[in-house]
Amino acid sequence: MSPSPDIPASDGARAIRIAIPAHLRTLARVPGEVRVEITGEPTICAALNALESSYPMLRGTIRDRSTLERRAFIRYFACAEDMSHLPTDSPLPDAVVAGTEPLLIIGAIAGGV
Amino acid sequence: MSGIRLLVGTRKGAFVMTSDGARKNWDISGPHFAGWEIYHVNGSPVNPDRIYASQSSGWFGQLIQRSDDGGKTWAPVDNHFVYDGVPGTHQWYDGTAHPWEFKRVWHLEPCLRDPETVYAGVEDAALFRSRDGGHSWQELSGLRKHGSGPHWAPGAGGMCLHTIVPDASNPQRMFIAISAAGAFRTDDGGETWQPINHGLNSLHIPDPTAEVGHCVHSVAMHPACPGVLFMQKHWDVMRSDDAGDNWHEVSGNLPTDFGFAIDVHAHEPETIYVVPIKSDGEHYPPEGKLRVYRSRSGGNEWEPLTKGLPQSNCYVNVLRDAMAVDRLDQCGVYFGTTGGQVYCSADAGDNWMPIVRDLPAVLSVEVQTLA
Repeated sequence: MSPSPDIPASDGARAIRIAIPAHLRTLARVPGEVRVEITGEPTICAALNALESSYPMLRGTIRDRSTLERRAFIRYFACAEDMSHLPTDSPLPDAVVAGTEPLLIIGAIAGGV
Repeated sequence: MSGIRLLVGTRKGAFVMTSDGARKNWDISGPHFAGWEIYHVNGSPVNPDRIYASQSSGWFGQLIQRSDDGGKTWAPVDNHFVYDGVPGTHQWYDGTAHPWEFKRVWHLEPCLRDPETVYAGVEDAALFRSRDGGHSWQELSGLRKHGSGPHWAPGAGGMCLHTIVPDASNPQRMFIAISAAGAFRTDDGGETWQPINHGLNSLHIPDPTAEVGHCVHSVAMHPACPGVLFMQKHWDVMRSDDAGDNWHEVSGNLPTDFGFAIDVHAHEPETIYVVPIKSDGEHYPPEGKLRVYRSRSGGNEWEPLTKGLPQSNCYVNVLRDAMAVDRLDQCGVYFGTTGGQVYCSADAGDNWMPIVRDLPAVLSVEVQTLA
């Protein structure tokens, strides 16, 4: 499915695209990218808040329920930039805010059994 | 006709296996939650269609899933496990103080009386309870705040509360076990707890008879004999006849008394089952022969049960929650292996057959006896 690059906003909200790992798509019962509306400053934290608000079953799977710290084997990417270690109040890239690029939430390739 | 439903947790998903009372032909559904570690799946004794599953992943953390239709469909419930108050520290592998950190749920024990109440044993060791079907969890912190808590230390698999045994005759009483702290009992519904490790002798710890610090692997009890407990310790098979106040060894003629799983026959409180494992350094059956050992005398005298089990070149393990018994007239016994086999005996252990041979490593097996 090709997302619309100019996603309509309501009441000042912006709809952004977020790509989540396959296991979390199964958990959230979504086939591909999700779109969520964010209000206020378009930051990493705002995107994650909106994602968890729309898909509450994802709470705790990307960041800690209490501290909101990113889980160790999760990474955030956007526009070919690793945003994982930025403060979560960092602004999202313009292309993500405009809806032309997704925020990528990725499960690190880290071996395992 | 009566039926059987097996709930199997593996390294890569859950499986639900059903059969009629003959227990020869099985339907297998799964993997549910494919790719995730399923430490435990357990059904409510009050409402067998209510089943809880512990789903976890090194990447994505802990989830709790719930089914209300016998495992056909599932929905996630709450996964917010927050220690009560300031968690404090326990002992780390090197003896230093280490903060309590939630890692995963090892064991789910639905209440014997209320399908909305379920207990969760977690790593780092603590006991949680939900009274709303898993929608919220509260710690029973009297256990973790027992004065010995700062001295608890993890076993090789982590500092996990892995065993929860409710007392069918006394709703205020419950037994739990922690690796490597030991066994504990509450007599007031979980408000306060006392260690029940007198008689345990663990040669690998500084004080072999310490009040806490023992690596208890599993505890089993027959509901008709609530004061009689059986324990598979790291080494030693133990028995208590006074609800854990005192233990004595009943390893008897076992080829090795290391192991993980232990269970009690559904209708014969003195008939118990273990799967001896060679040693703590070699987690497979001695001589490459997979043998369940049965005692009909409550311990000490054991007989190997081998018919239908591999008797050469078998190097699997049977983990602590991977054995269960059904309640049909002819008691069925089940266990799963780290090699992915699930075995069934429909005649109390005399003869065995594999239900399935090639699952991911089996972490847990529970059985529901359906009317």
